[in-house]
Amino acid sequence: MPNIRVIRRRIRSVQNTAKVTRAMEMIAASKMRRSQQRLLAGRPYAEMMREVLGHLAAQIGDTGDEVHPLLRRREVKRIEVIHIAPDRGLCGGLNSNLNRAAGRFILDQGAPVSVVAVGKKARDFMVRSARDVRAVFTDLGDRPSLMDSLSISHLVIQDYASGYADEVYVVYGRFVSTVIQRPFIQKLLPVEPAHLESSLVGGYIYEPNTTEVLGSLLPRFVEMQIYHALLEAIGSEQSARMVAMRNATDSANEMIQDLTLLMNKVRQEAITKELLDIVGGAMALEG
Amino acid sequence: MAPMKVEIITAERVVYSEDVDVVVAPGIEGELGILPHHAPLMTTLQSGEIRVRKGGEEISMAVSGGFLEVMANKVTILADSAERAEEIDEARAQEAMRRAEERLRTHASDVDLERAVAALRRSQARLKVARRRRTRPSPPQV
Repeated sequence: MPNIRVIRRRIRSVQNTAKVTRAMEMIAASKMRRSQQRLLAGRPYAEMMREVLGHLAAQIGDTGDEVHPLLRRREVKRIEVIHIAPDRGLCGGLNSNLNRAAGRFILDQGAPVSVVAVGKKARDFMVRSARDVRAVFTDLGDRPSLMDSLSISHLVIQDYASGYADEVYVVYGRFVSTVIQRPFIQKLLPVEPAHLESSLVGGYIYEPNTTEVLGSLLPRFVEMQIYHALLEAIGSEQSARMVAMRNATDSANEMIQDLTLLMNKVRQEAITKELLDIVGGAMALEG
Repeated sequence: MAPMKVEIITAERVVYSEDVDVVVAPGIEGELGILPHHAPLMTTLQSGEIRVRKGGEEISMAVSGGFLEVMANKVTILADSAERAEEIDEARAQEAMRRAEERLRTHASDVDLERAVAALRRSQARLKVARRRRTRPSPPQV
């Protein structure tokens, strides 16, 4: 029979845990609202830009080589993967799902892979699995600005333009809903051409000229895609954390109920036993 | 005339998305008007005014930089920023213009100069759009 005092101590400890997880849930919930709003608002721009770039790549076709370094297609000798994961844990299965997706993707590649790790959890995983880590970016915070993401974008642009990497992918948690975040692998460079009807191909007019338009559009495309991937990742992280902390709080409360029930049972049994002792003693005296 | 689809999008939101008859936008080479079934086009934008006409109604927006694509009877404008006339804070734009002019007068370094010119253009575009709204209602042009 467990001791009442032990149970009571246990209840108190679980109560404290529940308080902590409840606070974390509330913090995550407020951050989640803000980050969800930001990522949903930014999504049309990121998607439209990808569409426009797809048209562009289709128009340019195989002649892209001379037009702009970021449109050059090469034989794939090295692949760069930007792996975006949170800085912190306590967000349910998000981190392990992301890392598993990235790990599997890397194993599936025929060419050697360099990793750009964004977030401490991404870095830890890549270092632990002994990947070739090209660069690490951590502590971008919960509300990164476009400026904060530029150092990543510029590294990637430079790596692709200089021929260090021949393909670039981004892995991040795509926000589907508050309860669903899906690891998402997006090919960033070279730009995948869209499938256009043949009547639409050719005769694209550029103003002022091809070089200028592409020169400003392509870097901007990479910057915005990476920035948006960050927003998605943060929205996913906060959502996953909020849900994880809510589940933790619920489990703690359930545990408190069970323990309270057990404690009452134990106490009642003790009282019954004591009563029996007293009654038994009185009867013995009378008899 | 068959309408065409116009989408004006910034990194923060979708500013405008409608079927319209005409779009006039500040291309880098000068103002350009786009009618339905325009040839595929890709251009950078400068700060200025975007006007779209739908039926007899004309809407005016301030835009500062970005890209415009025409493709398959659809105009996509990826703007660095864009506001509709009613969203513009005229006093703030005026203040921004004054600051930019001030900075241009006091000779600063090259980078600041460039930024000041850009800021000046932006605020001028905003003011123009805001004022156009105030002087309306004008009769719809055909």
